[in-house]
Amino acid sequence: MTVIEEVSVPSPRDGDGGPLLEVRDLHVEFHTREGVVKAVNGVNYSVDAGETLAVLGESGSGKSVTAQAVMGILDMPPAKIPQGEILFRGQDMLKMSGEERRKIRGRRIAMIFQDALSSLNPVLSVGYQLGEMFRVHQGMSKKDAKAKAIELMDRVKIPAAAARVNDYPHQFSGGMRQRIMIAMALALEPDLIIADEPTTALDVTVQAQVMELLADLQREYNMGLILITHDLGVVADVADKIAVMYAGRIVERAPVHELYKRPAHPYTRGLLDSIPRLDQKGQELYAIKGLPPNLLRVPSGCAFNPRCPKAQDICRTDIPDLFPVTEPDGSELVGRASACHFWKETIHG
Amino acid sequence: MGRYVARRLLQMIPVFIGTTLLIFLMVYALPGDPVRGLFGDKAGSPQVIAALRHQYGLDQPILVQYWHYMRDMILHADFGTQIASGRPVTDVLGDAFPVTLRLASLAFVIEVVVGIGLGIMAGMRAGRLTDNVVLLISLLLISVPVFVLGFILKVVFAFQLNWLPPNVNDSTNYNELLMPAIVLAAASLAYVTRLTRTSVAENLRADYIRTAIAKGLPKRRVVGVHLMRNSLIPVITYLGTDIGALMGGAVVTEGLFNIQGIGLTIYQSIVRREGTTLVGLVTILVLIYLVANLLVDLLYAVLDPRIRYA
Repeated sequence: MTVIEEVSVPSPRDGDGGPLLEVRDLHVEFHTREGVVKAVNGVNYSVDAGETLAVLGESGSGKSVTAQAVMGILDMPPAKIPQGEILFRGQDMLKMSGEERRKIRGRRIAMIFQDALSSLNPVLSVGYQLGEMFRVHQGMSKKDAKAKAIELMDRVKIPAAAARVNDYPHQFSGGMRQRIMIAMALALEPDLIIADEPTTALDVTVQAQVMELLADLQREYNMGLILITHDLGVVADVADKIAVMYAGRIVERAPVHELYKRPAHPYTRGLLDSIPRLDQKGQELYAIKGLPPNLLRVPSGCAFNPRCPKAQDICRTDIPDLFPVTEPDGSELVGRASACHFWKETIHG
Repeated sequence: MGRYVARRLLQMIPVFIGTTLLIFLMVYALPGDPVRGLFGDKAGSPQVIAALRHQYGLDQPILVQYWHYMRDMILHADFGTQIASGRPVTDVLGDAFPVTLRLASLAFVIEVVVGIGLGIMAGMRAGRLTDNVVLLISLLLISVPVFVLGFILKVVFAFQLNWLPPNVNDSTNYNELLMPAIVLAAASLAYVTRLTRTSVAENLRADYIRTAIAKGLPKRRVVGVHLMRNSLIPVITYLGTDIGALMGGAVVTEGLFNIQGIGLTIYQSIVRREGTTLVGLVTILVLIYLVANLLVDLLYAVLDPRIRYA
């Protein structure tokens, strides 16, 4: 009997077998007149080729700032990265020169922003803005770049692309504009796409279409995807794993379906409980009490403690590590971690 | 677009009539008259004065004078006669206009290059030292009156350093025109600087600039294409209206540097109460203003595709 061994052929995209992107102990602070805002405090996460990581959190949780640090588009000053590494294919991008990083931006790592209307240049045609990628990064002629732009618009399913290539952003609908943003990010077939709330500005039916398109293209190109969102509904269908952020830290990490089934952090549980559900019609909707912390004065201990229903004395003094989460019998739960002193109680009972 | 231009051109007609009539009435309301002015201190014989007044039509009611003036101007391109010299006003204009045009063009170039340049420098470093220094200089330029600035420059660059001639003898010599052009440009330059600075600083924070950086574009492209195209829209509007101001606002500067341009001629016409010459000059300036404004509005639509004229 011949056993056909499944040989994992490394795709030409991944280099040394390590993760595509790895963020290690990243800290970002903003130096403002009122004081130092610690926006990101030791974040770790990684994404592989073809994998989707969803980063979930409220505004001010540091999810966008982390992404901007990865992208290298933070305004420094006022932002500062005092500590941490951002490894792209094993190389620390924070140690690279500005020019080296610029060549990665757009070409290897691309970003999709939230509000396509303000994120596209209002006075340049979409064809110009798409073609610019090819002209700048590949030295293509204006004419070829325009042909490529039409091809891209086709690819993201914009009807009558050839006729609309010279139109301006304000002449497109919201969904079409976001498709153009996606096309722009996709232009040079990057290894990693960071989508910062790509569907927040769209209405619900269009949201689903845009998410689906993004997921399809990601599969087709085997790209890594970091999906930043505050919407648990968006995440469920597309993400492989989730990192939940609160006050600049990752508070829980889990494969997507496990997180929904068994949250291991009170904050995640609160988020899940505050989703309206059809089977609880007529009941009052749960809300996490209190407000996200002011990052100038983060509470001591666990930053979530003033809002946490389970908070004890230790929560007010000790910052919890990101503990690995296990089954009650001690067996490992792959890819799960929780930054709660009482994760056991939270997940198991 | 065509209809828009036609409508704007039609709108010029009432503006044109209004401004000319206003000037006519204002000169008429001033005490003194140009014929008496011809005789200086001596009192001319009443018969001669009456004859001259009749010859120039000054004995007729003001509205009839205005009607005749407009009729001759529109039908025969006849702007009347300068009473002091007896020359047709068109000749006087023909002499003065190119001089002012050269002066204004030079001032305009200085205003655009230095103003926008400083504005970009300051805007890119908003809140830092360069920005504060530029803002201080522009404040100084705005607050110092033209005749004071002209006098200071003359003393320093003409009399002490001997770099530039103090007066303009030959108005085709750009070396001589440089100092008056700087004086003329100074205040506008400061406004252009501030306008550019604000616009650049504001657009620098715009989302599409972040996108441009995220696309991996080189900095000169982010600034030169994405930032500039958006930032210069308000500046160009200001520059367009300023063309007219530079042409007509040179009265003090031309007097200060003895430049025989439109400004000086206007001043002399006012002193001599010469309504016809004055109206001719002002008419030209008004037309320049109107056309410059129209061109700016059209250019606006080219720069910003969100604006469409119908």
